[in-house]
Amino acid sequence: MNSATNTVDDAEIAKFEAMAAEWWDPKGKFAPLHMMNPVRLDYITAQIAAEYGRDLTREAPFAGLRILDIGCGGGLLSEPMARLGARVVGADAAARNIPVAQVHAEHSGLEIDYRHTTAEAMAEAGEQFDVVLNMEVVEHVADPLAYLTACRQLLKPGGLMICSTINRNAKSFAMAIVGAEYVMRWLPKGTHDWQKFITPEELFKLIEGAGLDPVDRKGFVFNPIAWSWRVSDRDLSVNYVTASVKR
Amino acid sequence: MDNPGQAAILQGMTVKTDILIVGGGLNGPCLAIALASAGISSVVIDALPSEARDADTFDGRSYALALASVRMLRALGLWEGLSDNAQPMLEIKASDGRAGEGPAPFFLHFDHAEIEEGPMGHMLEDRFLRQALLARMEAEPLITHMPGARVVHQSTEGPATVTLETGEVLTGRLLVGADGRRSGVAERAGIKRQGWDYGQTALVCSLAHEKPHHGIAHQFFMPAGPLAILPLPGNRSSIVWSETTARATEIEALDDAAYLDVLRPRFGDFLGQISLAGKRFSYPLNLTIAEKFVDTRLALIGDAAHGVHPIAGQGLNLGLRDVAALAEVLVDARRRGEDFAAFDVLERYQGWRRFDTASLSAATDLFNRLFSNDNPLLRLGRDLGMGAVNAMPALRRRFIREAAGLEGDVPRLMQGRTL
Repeated sequence: MNSATNTVDDAEIAKFEAMAAEWWDPKGKFAPLHMMNPVRLDYITAQIAAEYGRDLTREAPFAGLRILDIGCGGGLLSEPMARLGARVVGADAAARNIPVAQVHAEHSGLEIDYRHTTAEAMAEAGEQFDVVLNMEVVEHVADPLAYLTACRQLLKPGGLMICSTINRNAKSFAMAIVGAEYVMRWLPKGTHDWQKFITPEELFKLIEGAGLDPVDRKGFVFNPIAWSWRVSDRDLSVNYVTASVKR
Repeated sequence: MDNPGQAAILQGMTVKTDILIVGGGLNGPCLAIALASAGISSVVIDALPSEARDADTFDGRSYALALASVRMLRALGLWEGLSDNAQPMLEIKASDGRAGEGPAPFFLHFDHAEIEEGPMGHMLEDRFLRQALLARMEAEPLITHMPGARVVHQSTEGPATVTLETGEVLTGRLLVGADGRRSGVAERAGIKRQGWDYGQTALVCSLAHEKPHHGIAHQFFMPAGPLAILPLPGNRSSIVWSETTARATEIEALDDAAYLDVLRPRFGDFLGQISLAGKRFSYPLNLTIAEKFVDTRLALIGDAAHGVHPIAGQGLNLGLRDVAALAEVLVDARRRGEDFAAFDVLERYQGWRRFDTASLSAATDLFNRLFSNDNPLLRLGRDLGMGAVNAMPALRRRFIREAAGLEGDVPRLMQGRTL
């Protein structure tokens, strides 16, 4: 190494690589996200394929689609979308996630535009997408209606928003906070504020209030015996997801 | 040269593909064909030269394909060319027996009419299956078949690579070991195996016989081990006959006439005069299971993962179930945009297959220990047991469905669906 600047960069990159390894370790800190990821992806890919008439058995089925992944974290959803041929922007309000996701995408040989920004800032700048992925974000924002309105602005006419979150009831309190944070220690304590959880009825009202048409809703249900997640048509009692379209 | 992979080899370049499959027997080519049906490319590296695989004379080896395996071959478009040469098994009769005696009075009788899906299995000669797989591999642009190629080195750090004896390097995203119970892929990866030796050897041959078999398979449980008589097209049957290894070695040394003299009293005369209709084979019976079926960018299938006692003819059927499960896991992962060689994806395959394999190995082992015994109490017990199973239609039906591969979490290909 012949300059101090390079040494610093290398140390930074090593740190980001370690953080990326943590994000992408299926048994690590983000294990619950990894466990849930196949059903989330099944839902997302099926909805996008249906909306845009794409055949998932083909090579690069999402070619030509521009997709925004809000709250991209380490890129657990951005990378699969890029692999399916979409042009992906991954946005995260936490600056530290951006270089981490960038380092991992490079290792995966994927080109993804990761940005430290918010939905509101991107809407302001006039960015437009075919699909906005809004997964496990809405329960963390201060003003859900303003946030969903920004998501709507980010969509092209006919564009699709997929939004998942956690229901607010006794069961979700037991599962998401007592279970996931305290008993299983899946997530750091304090990850969730139960008061900010949103019921499906509230979410649909918010989505409609933001000017989008909800077209589908499903539950993501964890089976502790099979130790896996599945998509449910009816059980929206804890984790659930919606698809809505900008008319 | 319509295969771009082979053109690249001729130019001395590094070959790149999705999946590197080591092993050109049955499971390796089947996996390549299943993956190609969903657009995934592969290279099949076979230590044996092509001539060793596509001989068209009958060498005496054949397989009992369970219904689920037949459905899979049909879903892959292979069955049309095979069905004319396959013998449906319409009934299975199992009974206790001792050399020189007739079968015991309590018969265990499985009839295909008891399951709605049709014949519970088919007998198919090895040569037809091999030829069909070879022809399909040559015709499929996504498959590069490399016969007579020996692997000397492998690495799964970063991409999966194998180095051949010739110095050629092949690169893929995943390395699959389909190279049998002494798997070099598993050994080079440091995957240990657990094994049991039964001290028994299976003698395998094909017989021509005077009278028709009417599509009925027989299994006699003899003191030394089971004797299976499985119907082949025409007046021929495949014989799988277990003896203690010491006794089998003596029998193997006999000439054909003396060999038949030993077999005849065990066999009985219900099919009339018998003669040999192919070569004689012998396989020591042991059970080996790899401590894990997957590692970083590596998966094991077939005997490389688990070599079971062939008593119930389940070895190939289990291997095909691995193929169907691994192909489904990889294809589903790819369609949802995951890195299909990521460890958590491979673990889905392992989780799916380890349970089935462990339960079948244990059941086969128990079955064999129970039946390879001349203890009169055990004999009476199993005769009564067979009678009991026979008397309970629900239990018998469950046995048939299990043997046909229709129970458990059945992969799509084995339900006859495409990937």
